Parts: sequence; structure tokens; C-alpha cells
Amino acid sequence: MYPAAAPQQVNLVPIVRDDDVVRVRQAVRTAALAAKLSLVDQTKLVTAASELARNTLIYGGGGRAEIEQADNGRKRGVRVVFADEGPGIADLELAMTDGYTSGNGMGLGLSGARRLVDEFDIDTAAGRGTRITVTKWAR
Amino acid sequence: MDRVPVLKIGDILLVSIQVDMDDNTALALQDTLTERIVETSAHGVIIDITALDIVDSFIGRMLSTIASVSRVLDAETVVVGMRPAVAITLVELGLSLTGVRTALNVERAMELLELSRPARASSLSVVGDGLDVFDDDSPVA
Amino acid sequence: MTDMSTAGARIAGLLHERHDEIVRQWADAVTYAAKGRLTVAEVQSQVSEMYGALAKLVDSGSRDLQVPEAAELRAVLAELSRSRARRGFSPSETSIAVLALKDAVQSQVDTSDAGLLASFLWFSRLVDEFALFTFETYSRAREELIVEQGEQMMELSTPVIKLWDGVVGVPLVGTLDSARAQVVMEKLLQTLVDTGSAYAIIDITGVPAVDTQVAQHVLKTVMAARLMGAECVISGIRPQIAQTVVSLGIEFGDIVTKASLADALVHTLRRSGIELVRRAQRGEA
Repeated sequence: MYPAAAPQQVNLVPIVRDDDVVRVRQAVRTAALAAKLSLVDQTKLVTAASELARNTLIYGGGGRAEIEQADNGRKRGVRVVFADEGPGIADLELAMTDGYTSGNGMGLGLSGARRLVDEFDIDTAAGRGTRITVTKWAR
Repeated sequence: MDRVPVLKIGDILLVSIQVDMDDNTALALQDTLTERIVETSAHGVIIDITALDIVDSFIGRMLSTIASVSRVLDAETVVVGMRPAVAITLVELGLSLTGVRTALNVERAMELLELSRPARASSLSVVGDGLDVFDDDSPVA
Repeated sequence: MTDMSTAGARIAGLLHERHDEIVRQWADAVTYAAKGRLTVAEVQSQVSEMYGALAKLVDSGSRDLQVPEAAELRAVLAELSRSRARRGFSPSETSIAVLALKDAVQSQVDTSDAGLLASFLWFSRLVDEFALFTFETYSRAREELIVEQGEQMMELSTPVIKLWDGVVGVPLVGTLDSARAQVVMEKLLQTLVDTGSAYAIIDITGVPAVDTQVAQHVLKTVMAARLMGAECVISGIRPQIAQTVVSLGIEFGDIVTKASLADALVHTLRRSGIELVRRAQRGEA
């Protein structure tokens, strides 16, 4: 089809309470289905989203997820942004290390989520909040 | 908050997780199960996750914890019904579910628990049937 | 904008007036270009469908394929190029089906009428745009076709077979790239669930070489299978591959490996509690 001129829809899910993580998972699953991601890729993206949403809640003190369809001209996919106005991450390299945790998780949140997606971008600094953008493309 | 029901069949506790659990529900399940193991002096715990379309590090940790705690209470935990996509994702995530035994379905888990019964009575070690999930020092990180 | 719509109006008039002649000429040209692969009736219906949708767009005075009035034409053109791509027409043969309209219309244009000529130029650019659109849909359809065939080939080349009750096997043959390894992995794991098999044998006798990536895929399959409650055995590792695996520093850890598929099968049977005993032959002591 000719590229449709439809406006890019962003689905905004607030992450304030525990069960918002579940809502993020469901919204990401819906978007992944719409982008025709394979079952395994859907599962990987939803799992990554679950990890990152929990990070936003626990370490960022709450924030939001922005879910949208992505299209790079060749492939379709889903892009999710996790944003918070929390304390930010001071030592990014350390935070990205497998097994490192400052909370009570297994220390796989950031590093694990990065392995599950195709593109992973993190923008953070101490006191400036954190903004993580992940993208998964349909194979 | 949704509660996950725990069924008792003989001396085995069966939990079938049917809901998309938030973290509090998962923690509540962990507590309930521990209490029920003591209450019933169960010999085995079967956790059926057929209905789960993802297992993230939190749920993974819950499964590992339940397995460790139940072992302390002299009960063996078997996780059954993990979907292929979930298993592939867990491997990629780097989660090894240390100490958690797995089986394809509830029936096989029952067989497995049955097999470990005499071993449990005579010796402390029940390892060696090859169905234990790999440890942290497994080849792929 | 005004002169555009006047330009459109002149040619729109012509398209209505000379409908029959233009459609006939256009259909003739398309039939000729199809070199007998399409019947006259097929071409006739395609051409009149396109012509109808096109006349509507020209009537609206628009020269843009994006406007809602062009939706029907877009659909017709897309269908045409897609069906031609699948039937093996070349790109130029496909775009000619659209471009031939220019000649058909031109032959009806009175060259002494400067206004009409200008209008024809306007129309000609419009047809060019259709042709470009057709070309794009065509190549997209071809790409889809290639992807589809690739998937079919992968499906064919990775059968998962039942070796025994509760034991499935995947004989891997040929070069394993990352994409194929991934397909095998998913298919094998799904088969374990579907058949309730607790054992899987991955036989790599037919694999000429492995690299780190492929070895990683195999290892991940084994680990995923364990998470699901099944055990994998790898068989048929050839000497060179064993050496590569060691030199790449890949740890097979506690994964069971066997020299041949037969050994692997015996191993899994034994593990599931089955003993194989040779029956005593008559006449033997």
C-alpha cells in the first residue's frame, strides 16, 4: 500500500502504581500484535517492557510509558519510551552490568532488557531523570 | 488484588497461575504457598505456568525463591508448562531459574515427584535425574 | 490551481467522449505486451476497471494519488501490479500496462488544439505518477514473494520428526545461518509441547560447519528446552566441528553429546526407562 498519511498515535500509559506495570505489558502486547511481530519477538518486547516499567516505578519514583508504532521504511515495529523525573542513574556503566542491582531485583533489568530488543537508547544523568527508548522490529 | 488459588492433591500442592500477576500478587502467592506447605506438610509443589505469556525477572525470582524455600521445608518444587517463547526469552534475558525443576506438564511433574520420594526418604541428595534446570555457571550467559 | 482544474476538465471531457476508442486501443496495447499470458477478456476487464477509477479521479480535478478520491484507483493499480508480480511479469511489462494509456489518449487528441495539448501534458504527468506507483507496488509484492519463499524453504529444510514415543529429533542438513537456527529452535520447542516429548535429539551430522553464533543458538535451544522440562541431546558432531567448538572456546557444559543419532536414541530411551534387549536367535546356544 501507499504509505498512509495517518497521524502517529502514541499510547501513553502512566506508571504510578504496581498494577500499572501490568497495564504497560498489555498495551505493549497490543501494539506488538498490531505491528505483526512474531510470537517470540512479542514475548521478548513485552518482557523487556515489564522490566523497564518496573525500573521506572521503583527507581524513577514513577513516570510513564509512551507506546507507538515504528516504521523505518523497510520494517515495521514498536517503539516504547520509559520516562521518569526521578534521581537518574549516576553510573550508567555499572547499572548496565549483568547482576548489578540497587534494589531487590535480580539485577537483570537494564542489561537483560537491552538483550531483548533491537534498539536500546538511554538518556540519563544524576538528578535529571531517566528516559529509555527501546525498539523492536518485525523480522 | 487477584489471588491465586492453591489446590491440594494428596501430599502435593498445585498452583495454576491464570492471571497476569502484578508484583504484589506474586509476593502474596509466595507467602501463601510457604504457609500452605507447612500447614499440609506437602511433599511436592507444582506450579503450572501454561497460561503465562511472559515470565520476567520478578516472576523468575519468585519461582526460584519458592523452590528454595520449599526445599528448606522438605518439599520439591516443579514448574510446568512454560511456553517456548517464554523459555527463549528467559534464556536471552539471562535468567537461569537456579534450583527450579521443570516438567512439560502436570502429569510428568507428578511422576517426577513420585520418583524423588524414596530418594528423599533415604538421602539428602535428589539431584541426578538430569531434569534439574542449569545452574548459574551454565555455558551461555 | 485554477488552470490545473481547467486542464483536468478538458481531458476529463475527452476521456468521457472517446471512452470506447481509448479503452479499445489501450486494451489492445496491453494484450500485445502481455505476449499471450493474459486473455483478451482478462485485459478488457482490468483496463475498464482502471479507466473507470481514473476517470473519476480526473473528474475531481485532482492530480494527487493521496487524496481520498484516488483510493479506488490506488486499489485497482495495486491489485494489478501485485497479481502481475506473482505471475512473473517483468517490471517494464507491468508499467507498460499503465503507460500505454498515454498513447491511447494521445491518438484521440487534436494536435492543432493548443489548450487540449496542454491538458494532455498535464494528464501525461498524471499517468507517469500512476506508473511509478505501480512500479513500487510491484517491487514490494516481489519482495514479499521472496520472503515467503525463503520461509517456505526454511520450513522444508527443518523437519522435526518423532523418533519414539516421547522422543523427537531434528536432523539438521546444510549450512546453518542464524535465521535458520532460530526457526529450528522455535519449531523444536513447539513440537516438544505439542507432542509432550521430554527428549529431543539435535543431529548435526549434515552440518558442514558451525560458527560461534550457530553454536550459541544450539546451546540456547538446549537451555530453553530445559526450562520447559525437556532434555536435549546433540548427536553427530563431526571431528572438524568438535575442533572448531573447542577452538572457539564454546563450553558445552553438561549437555549430553553422542557420536551418532543411534547412540543418542538409545541414550534417551534408557533415560525414559526403556531397555533394549536383543531377542535370543533360534539355533544360538
